Amino acid sequence: MRPGTGRRKRISSVFVAFCAGSVLLALVPLAFVLFFVVSQGIQSLNVAFFTHMPAPVGEPGGGMANAIVGTLILVGLGGIFAVPIGIMSGIYMSEYAGTWLASLVRFAADTLNGVPSIVVGVFVYGIAVLPFRQFSALAGGLALGIMMIPIIARTTEELLLLVPGTMREGALALGATHARAVFTVVVPSAAQGIITGIVLAIARIAGETAPLLFTSLNNRFFSTTLTQPMSSLTVQVYSYASSPYQDWHRQAWAGALVLVAIVLTGSLLARFATRRLESLSPR
Amino acid sequence: MRAGRAAGDLAFRLGTGLFGLVLVLLVAAIGAELVRQSWLSIETFGLNFWRTSIWDPVAGEFGALPFIWGTLYSSMLALLLATPIALGIAVFISELCPNRLRPPLVFLTELLAAIPSIVYGLWGIFVLVPAVRAAETAFPQALKSLPFFSGPPFGLGMLSAALILAVMVIPFTSSIAREVLKSVPVAQREGAYALGATRFEAITAALYYARTGIVGAVLLGFGRALGETMAVTMVIGNSPKVTLSLFAPQHTMAAVLANEFSEAADDLYLNALIEIGLVLFVITLVVNSLSRLLIWSMARSERQAAATTVVPAAESAA
Repeated sequence: MRPGTGRRKRISSVFVAFCAGSVLLALVPLAFVLFFVVSQGIQSLNVAFFTHMPAPVGEPGGGMANAIVGTLILVGLGGIFAVPIGIMSGIYMSEYAGTWLASLVRFAADTLNGVPSIVVGVFVYGIAVLPFRQFSALAGGLALGIMMIPIIARTTEELLLLVPGTMREGALALGATHARAVFTVVVPSAAQGIITGIVLAIARIAGETAPLLFTSLNNRFFSTTLTQPMSSLTVQVYSYASSPYQDWHRQAWAGALVLVAIVLTGSLLARFATRRLESLSPR
Repeated sequence: MRAGRAAGDLAFRLGTGLFGLVLVLLVAAIGAELVRQSWLSIETFGLNFWRTSIWDPVAGEFGALPFIWGTLYSSMLALLLATPIALGIAVFISELCPNRLRPPLVFLTELLAAIPSIVYGLWGIFVLVPAVRAAETAFPQALKSLPFFSGPPFGLGMLSAALILAVMVIPFTSSIAREVLKSVPVAQREGAYALGATRFEAITAALYYARTGIVGAVLLGFGRALGETMAVTMVIGNSPKVTLSLFAPQHTMAAVLANEFSEAADDLYLNALIEIGLVLFVITLVVNSLSRLLIWSMARSERQAAATTVVPAAESAA
């Protein structure tokens, strides 16, 4: 016997309610995490947090100046490794989209994107720490760079594909070489989007801990030497969070707040820029 | 002149292609380096490494079964929790919600993916774990004889890890599922409604139509869960045990690497840890490739279908 219309409608409403409920259910942890990070973090976040060195155990106050500078340096190093490789391979994937090598590169980018960050750490330990018997900021930057490459490559590819083909054809018709058409017409018209993509990648990567645990390690002192271990916000938050001291827990929450602020700013920036870009393209 | 142009085009192609090749080489290098660095352990223990469960670095005994167990168990549990919710979100955003609500909801769910793992971990230690401990303590005694709920309530353990993993996996699965649903032709849904289908019936038909891609989306979430490190390390209790109990502290492959790597004093210990990393790499590679393959084959069959239908699918561009 076929179920009646009333019953079918009821099932349908239950289903719709379930879907709406899922959205709410997922927003609960988001709200909880943000609420705790902000309410706990704000209590310990002050100027000293940005300008002072970590305080010894038992001494209240202190900051994460060394870790903040460390994170900036490590992320900068990662960018130096990743931006050229990411953009150029993104150009290749979009310009030669149909070729087997482009498919292979795309597959490699997606694979690289899926490699657990801790495994990237192990890999970099093998190639950049073990041979020199020295944890270093360079190794940490390399690990972050490896994680950034696929994000930048795929963003570049996607944005270049949004650029109308007529623009490329116009440049070629005017006698430009392929390289010239790409670098003076196609890439510049997507430049804003690509730059935001990089900002987003940087913001995401600034929150990574696992690849740094045994590459740049940690450093209790202020250091800008690239061949020495370097402190970072994330590793510092990790070591503070696993310590038994109240003061350090407070510092960890403040660090978490700074991390969330970085990521949130990056995401918001990327959102507005891509929206503008999409409104420019014909479809 | 012509020749110069052709040479320039070739140089451009080779130049950008070489950078692309770097990505391919990187993947290969990761695999090769992990094998090289773990060779000692592979040679010494062979398959027994994955069959024994005693992990005692001091005595030189390395059995990795508890880690692979913990990784698979926690990821499966996370998947069980996350999949229905993630699909519900995908359906709500792509099929049910008003257009104006769509961008903010997409943004909020993506924010879940943007919060750093370490922040989830910190929140896990100080907020989730105490809550889970309270729930475990209040758990009805009658059910505690079940293997899933045995053992004392620590809070730190499998349940906390699975919960936090589920939250972290939801955005990945739901965003891919959303894209997959987008590629289902509008005509397919309109047809269902025209036949008098309810929303539930039309949407389940669309989900069925998109099943390959949906499975791909779920697998992608699984791949994420397998490799997740910091948040899990901080809440799972880090105790290598093979048990079904949700309350028991356990361990995962990623967590043991995060915990013990910088302490590994002798070569065999380090090699054993890197072998765990190698297997984690291989498992995630297989799961992710499979997932990409499914999503990709779905997108491709869709494009072919769209090319032959009279009504152009407005939103079929992947």
